[in-house]
Amino acid sequence: MQTQELKKIANNIRKSIIEGTYQAKSGHPGGSLSAADLLAVLYFDTMNYDKDMVDDPDRDRFVLSKGHAAPALYGVLAEKEIIPKEEIKSLRHVGSRLQGHPSMKELDGVEISTGSLGQGISAAVGIALAGKLDEKDYHVYALLGDGETEEGQVWEAAMFAGNNNLDNLTLFVDLNNLQIDGTLDEVNSPLPLDEKFKSFNFNVIVVDDGNDIDQLKQAIDQALNYKGKPTAVIMQTIKGKGVSFMEGEVDWHGKGPNEEEYKKAMKELEEAGEKL
Amino acid sequence: MSKNIATRDSYGKMITELGDINKDIVVLDADLAAATKSGMFKSKHPERFFDVGIAEQNMMGIAAGLAASGKIPFVSTFAMFAAGRAFEQIRNSIGYPHLNVKICASHGGISVGEDGATHQCLEDFGLMRLIPGMVVINPADDVEAKAAVKAIAEYQGPVYMRLGRLAVPVVFDEETYEFEIGKGQVLKEGDDLTIIVSGLPVAATLEAADRLKADGVNAEVINMATIKPIDSELIVESAKKTGKVITVEEHNVIGGLGSAVAEVLGEENPVPVKRIGVQDEFGTSGPAAELLKLYKLDTDGIYEQIKEFIA
Repeated sequence: MQTQELKKIANNIRKSIIEGTYQAKSGHPGGSLSAADLLAVLYFDTMNYDKDMVDDPDRDRFVLSKGHAAPALYGVLAEKEIIPKEEIKSLRHVGSRLQGHPSMKELDGVEISTGSLGQGISAAVGIALAGKLDEKDYHVYALLGDGETEEGQVWEAAMFAGNNNLDNLTLFVDLNNLQIDGTLDEVNSPLPLDEKFKSFNFNVIVVDDGNDIDQLKQAIDQALNYKGKPTAVIMQTIKGKGVSFMEGEVDWHGKGPNEEEYKKAMKELEEAGEKL
Repeated sequence: MSKNIATRDSYGKMITELGDINKDIVVLDADLAAATKSGMFKSKHPERFFDVGIAEQNMMGIAAGLAASGKIPFVSTFAMFAAGRAFEQIRNSIGYPHLNVKICASHGGISVGEDGATHQCLEDFGLMRLIPGMVVINPADDVEAKAAVKAIAEYQGPVYMRLGRLAVPVVFDEETYEFEIGKGQVLKEGDDLTIIVSGLPVAATLEAADRLKADGVNAEVINMATIKPIDSELIVESAKKTGKVITVEEHNVIGGLGSAVAEVLGEENPVPVKRIGVQDEFGTSGPAAELLKLYKLDTDGIYEQIKEFIA
């Protein structure tokens, strides 16, 4: 798909993120906004996946290991017409399929329930392993938070994926440098991630701007063409990307916008959309 | 009761046999395949066996991913490192999405022996029972363990099954024994009291019941291999008849079979309940037989505790 079209989809995902977290009066807009561009590229350019393929055994799979970025996943599923756009407003409400963290039992399109950090990557490894066992051609993509890589389980999973040469697995690390208690450095930095993944027998690709559609497309091409090892794409992003007052602000990790902030954010996104 | 067999061996044999027929069965272990006996499957079906190394949390997650892709993963390690170490992974990655993962954990209870308290899991029934939708099974002998492995392979949904390290007497007859998830069995009928027992202490409990009979006490003995969902109907029916209930398990008396039975009776048919098991303490090193004596889970210990209760 053309870059311009993908930018529009990413912008729509951002609107859904703001709409959902505003209606929920909670949620995680910062780390959802930083991942919007990647989800647009994966679901509309890369993956063999569509609304009539949610149970297709040959579909490509996306696992949101950083489950708190659920609003971004729901946003892209709405763009895919797997959930109605109106339903975004039900995020985190009683009875909603759009749980605070994605639940596979509630919602088609969620490959595996996530939310407790470090666990989605293991499930993604299991799905990739099943693909190898069944000699399927599908590819598994998983998105991790940078802070999430502080979980030991991430490295247990990486060790297994590397040692078993799961080249049908591509991990993305959303390196926005912010976690709840501060910057990575202020908390307990897991960096450098490129060298760590290399030493775990991964093909590693560093993307300087993980909010740039073309750079993401190029990285995914490289990942898919690499045989014999899983790939880790370390993508530098901006937390809160696309909403001026949320960009780079750790405070926007885990709260919803109030009415004034909501209107301001939506106005910015509307204007950005019109320019595209 | 000619020979003693450890239920981990029964597991190894049966899962290997099932693997011949059902190609969706995949077995995972965390560097304990020789001890859990999942190694038997590995020898026969190496292409469907994965050793994840000493990384139980990741193993549970991989199993979740395999199950989400249509496989039937059987996951083995010691009970302590499954139910204990990987509790939250089991809860969130397997239990919450209700995935078809079979956690077959060996080395449950104090009968682990010399390795001591760090390896003697006395909390697994309690921990696993707390997860909504989780089936918890604790077979008593070779015959029951094999039948249970077969049953859980056919069942859709998450299961935790405890297996033992120690070779134990075969109490059931392979020809007549039938296993059904969620059903207890009356092994001896009696009117004076009900003894509900699960797992390893079944053989000793039957002997204790024989001694009680010699004293003129007719105990009803119920084998309760499925701890969750518990067979409330059978528990209540027997308690109505006898008016007092004793539970026997190789587990902390908090959280396991005793708790499950007391919960049922407390709500549906209150009668005095005595819980025999490990009395809220950690295990210790020693030969298994000596430990079972020390913690009063051998025939003498069970008999004496019942005598005290009914005195």
